[in-house]
Order: sequence, then C-alpha cells, then structure tokens
Amino acid sequence: MWQALRNELHPQGLEIVTVGLDVLGAEGCRAFIEAANPDHPSLLDQHHVLAELFGVVNIPSSIWIDEQGMIVRPAETAPAPPMDRDGPAMDMPAELPPRFADIMSEAVKIQSDTDAYHAALRDWVAKGSDSKFALDPDTVIARSRPRDADVALGHAHFELATQLEIDGHHDAAIEHFREAHRLVPGSWTFRRQAWSLEQPIEGPLARFWQGPSDEDPGAWPYEGDWLSDIRREGAENYNDPWRP
Amino acid sequence: MLLTSNTLTRAEFERGTGWQLKPEGACKGDVCIPLPDALKSDQLDVDALADAMGLPLAQAPSFGLRALGPESVGSRALTSARAPELALPDLDGNVFKLSSLKGQKVLVYAWAPY
Repeated sequence: MWQALRNELHPQGLEIVTVGLDVLGAEGCRAFIEAANPDHPSLLDQHHVLAELFGVVNIPSSIWIDEQGMIVRPAETAPAPPMDRDGPAMDMPAELPPRFADIMSEAVKIQSDTDAYHAALRDWVAKGSDSKFALDPDTVIARSRPRDADVALGHAHFELATQLEIDGHHDAAIEHFREAHRLVPGSWTFRRQAWSLEQPIEGPLARFWQGPSDEDPGAWPYEGDWLSDIRREGAENYNDPWRP
Repeated sequence: MLLTSNTLTRAEFERGTGWQLKPEGACKGDVCIPLPDALKSDQLDVDALADAMGLPLAQAPSFGLRALGPESVGSRALTSARAPELALPDLDGNVFKLSSLKGQKVLVYAWAPY
C-alpha cells in the first residue's frame, strides 16, 4: 500500500518494511500483500513481536529508524499516504449485515493527522538528524508505550495465545488472549487479533466482524468486541493525536 | 519468547530477548541487571532467570508451553533507543533481518488484515 511512496522516497535513502501482525501469517496476509505487490520487504509477524519489541498497540503504526540503527520515532499511528486514501476498496458484498453499517459509521469517526505525519516523514527523509521530527534517544524511550509488570505479563500471555492458536488449541488460546486483554487494556491489536479469529460470518469481511454473531450472541468468548469497545472509548480517541 | 523446556542456553536467551549477557550481568542499552553466580553458566534455569531479571512467565502447562515476557525495568516499552534486531519471514518463508538495512533510513509499518 505504500509502494508509490516508497518509489518516490527510496532513491532518497528510505526503505519501507511492512509487517503484518497476524497469527494466521501467510494465510491471513497473502491476499493483501500480493495485491500491493511490493518491492520492499513485507514480513509476517505471527506472534506480534513488534508489540513486544517496539510497543506497537494499534495498527496501522510505524517506527522510524535511522541509518545507524537508532529509533528516532517510537511506535505511533501511521496514516496511509495521502495518495492511497482513494485506493482500491475491498469488494463489498451487495447486502451488508447491519453490524457492518454500524462498524463503518464508527470507523469514519476515527481521526488521523495524515498531512502532518507525511510532511514530517518527508522532512526527515530530506534532513535526517537535522529534522526536528527525528527525536533524541531519551525522548524516544519516554514516548514509547508505558510498560509495567502487568503489561509485560500480558505480552507473555499473548505470545502463548498465538502459539496455542497456531498449534490448533483454539479454546486454550482464548484463555490466554483474555488474560492479555485484561492485563493490557490499552492494546487494540491484542483485542482485534483475538476477535478476528472468531469469524461468526462467512466471506471476505469475516475477520472484520470482531463481535458476537447475531444468531448466538451468548457464545462470544470475550469481554469486549470492536463495536462496543469503540463506542465506549470513542472513535475519536482511537488514534493518539499526531505529536511532532 | 516461547519455551518448551525449563532451561535455555545463553545464546538462545540473547537471541530471543535482545539482552546481552556480560560479566556485569544482563545488559540492554544503559541498563545492566546483575545476575547470581548460578546464572553464569551456559545452561540457564528459566525460573531463576525470570526471578533475577523481573521477567514475567506465562504458562500453559497442559501443552508443555511457557512464554518469557519482556522486561518492565524502565516502565516503558523501550529500554534503549537502539533498534533491536527484528528477524521475520516473508510470504516465501525467507527470514529477513532489520539489521540488513543499516545505512538506510527505515520506516517499519505495522498493519493487519482485520
């Protein structure tokens, strides 16, 4: 999805590495990656190591790393490049269940500072360490996600859950996903990944349902779901605002 | 990191967690955590290591599986601004290492198909 931007900025010394955070790995990500047809590395992160290593709690997020391997911007909301905003949409079925209409009416309220972010990115690519958007190490550390002992334990439970899921122990995975949600309430990726595996409906939108089925809502194994959580927390609060 | 045994080697620990084991202890960025003598051999006891470093352990005993979680020493996700090694596979199963991009600016973009 960032191929066009990469085409433009790669000659100026920027490489993009996309990482799909999905326990379903190639099975989950293949269609999207092949549609994007990238020239840059496009990797699969089944255990969400990006969360553990960099503090990613939401997607899409980005981390900026300079030529010496120093992080100059920790994980933060990364809006799609402006030119991609009108890119190809998914094939939507003719008849959408009401839940999707509700999901979309919340999703359109989600805010991101696309222009500010991309202006900053270009500034950094052009100026490097002279860019005011390249942060010093202490600031990088201070701006990374809070992590206390509970959050750290939540990461361990999440990693366990992903392996249990990969090994086919879905019910056991649910227990550990639930623990991860309890211990790391600020992580949307922990919640969305788990919810996306339930798939009460069929079809290409199945993984976006992320909530109880209409037929058997009591079977939903999680405390929250996308629609309830977004409504409670406020779609306008979904992304942290851009902070230069 | 995922564990199926009660011990791991120093190399496995370093590779799996990004901590480096030096004479002064386990080190990452500016932080070094001293380790007791029992943890200076090549085979490390996981429980003793977790205890000494304050690392969390999550367990799924019926499946013989445990996960050693990250540190929370500095109360932030990052203990150091030095990018850790990231080694992940692409669609073809080839493992790509973030460190191979030294010399370029890198934007790591996290996304999901859900």
